[in-house]
Amino acid sequence: MTTHDHLVDDTLQAVTLTVNGSERTVAVPAHRTLLDGLRDEVGLPGTKSCCAEGECGACTVLLDGKAVNSCLVLCVEAEGHEVTTVEGLSADGLTDLQEEFLNAGAVQCGFCIPGQVVSAEYLLRTNPDPDEAQIREALSGNLCRCAGYQRIVRAVQATAARRRGGDG
Amino acid sequence: MPKYYRPTTRADALAALAEGGERARPLVGGTDLLVGLRHHTLEPDLLVDLKAVNDLPDPVVVTDEGVQIGATWTLGELVAHPVVQQWYPALVEAALTVGSVAIRNRASLVANSCNASPAADTAPPLLVHDARVTIASLDGDRTASLDEFFLGPRRTLCGPGELVTRIDLPRPAPGSGSAFRRLTRRRGVDLATVSVAAGVARDGGLVLGMGAVGPRPLRTEVPGPVDLADEAALGEALDRLVSAATPISDVRGSREYRLATLRVLTSRAVLAAAARRNPREMAS
Repeated sequence: MTTHDHLVDDTLQAVTLTVNGSERTVAVPAHRTLLDGLRDEVGLPGTKSCCAEGECGACTVLLDGKAVNSCLVLCVEAEGHEVTTVEGLSADGLTDLQEEFLNAGAVQCGFCIPGQVVSAEYLLRTNPDPDEAQIREALSGNLCRCAGYQRIVRAVQATAARRRGGDG
Repeated sequence: MPKYYRPTTRADALAALAEGGERARPLVGGTDLLVGLRHHTLEPDLLVDLKAVNDLPDPVVVTDEGVQIGATWTLGELVAHPVVQQWYPALVEAALTVGSVAIRNRASLVANSCNASPAADTAPPLLVHDARVTIASLDGDRTASLDEFFLGPRRTLCGPGELVTRIDLPRPAPGSGSAFRRLTRRRGVDLATVSVAAGVARDGGLVLGMGAVGPRPLRTEVPGPVDLADEAALGEALDRLVSAATPISDVRGSREYRLATLRVLTSRAVLAAAARRNPREMAS
C-alpha cells in the first residue's frame, strides 16, 4: 500500500524494489525520481532532497551497493534492484561511522550529513584505508553549506582507524 | 510526462526508438537526462532504458587491436579498468574529473558522447585516441569517427530512431603518450572552463582534443616529426594546435581568458603526454 493509492490511475507504474532489505512495491509515474519515491512512497525521509540535479549529494543512497544520486535515478529504473538508505546502514542504533561524525563534531546544521555518511560508507567499503586526498575526492560530490569539511574528513579517518582495529 | 520502457532486446529498443522518433530518448545513466527533464529543457514522450537489454555489445571488450566500449559501461567502471588505465591515461584522467563518485557510478561514456556537450570532459581524450562510434538502427549499423559524429552543441550524427551501441578505441601506437588537463572553478561537480587532451607520437607528432572552446569538441593535429626539445618549433606547433579554438564568453570565463589558458593547458598536456612515452618503445 502507498500513501497515494487514491491517485492510482493508468499513468502509474508498479515498481518492486528492495529497500534496506525489505521488498517494497510502490506505484509512481515514470518521471518520479528514486529520491521522491523513497521519501514520499516508501516513507524514508532520511535521504534529503536539496538541489535535485546531482550537484550536492544530499540524496546519496546505495543502489546495488554503489553510491548514486537518487535524484538522478528514476524510481522505475530501480525495479528489481536493491537500495540502501541512511536508515538501512544499521539495523539498530548508530553505525561506527555515524558515532565518529558525532565524536568529531562534524554535524552542524545536519542537512547534508545523511548523504555524507552514505558516501563515506561507500568509500570505506571500497577502500578501507583511504588517505586524506582519497577521502576528499570521495566526498567531493557532497556539499556542506556549513563548510564543516575538516571535521567530516576527521570522522572518516577515525572510522577507518577504528575498523582497522586501531585506537580510532 | 514521458512513458518509461525497459526492453530486453536490442530489436525491441530500436523499434521503440524508431516509433518514437524525435520524441523518444534512450536512457542509460540519466545523469544529464534527468536534469533536462526536471528543467523541461527535454520533454520526451518516451524513455527507452537500455540497461536491461541483453544483446547490446558487452560493456567492455579488450582485443590486441584496442578496446570496444558498450553503451552501458559507466565512467566508474572505466576509471578502474587496468587496460584502459595503461593505454588511455588521458581518458582516465578526464573521466575522473566528471561530476563526482556518485555521478560516475551511473554515467555512461557512450551516452556522455551522445549528449554532445561542447564541454564534455571525456570528448577531448576520445578525439585524441581516434574513437569511432557504431550507430545502430532498424536499417543496420554504420560507423563514423567521433570527430565526424559531433555536429554542434548537443547535436550528433545519431538521429531519431538511432542508437550508439559502441565506441571503439584503437590501441595507441608504440612509443606514444597521452595526457588531459582541465581548468575549473571548483575541483568537483563543475563543468570545464577549458579542457584539453594531448597525444604525442614517437616522432613528436601531436594531436589535440579541446573542450569548451568551440560549439563542439575540437580535434587538431600537427604531423611529426616535431622536435619537442626545440622551444621555437614546439611553440609554433602549439600555436597551430590551438588556432581552431573559437571560445565564447560566459559565466565560467571570458573569450580572452579561455584563449590564454587554452595555450597554457595545451603546453602542459603536451609535455605531460610526451613524458609518458615509453623510452624502450621509442627506441625500437
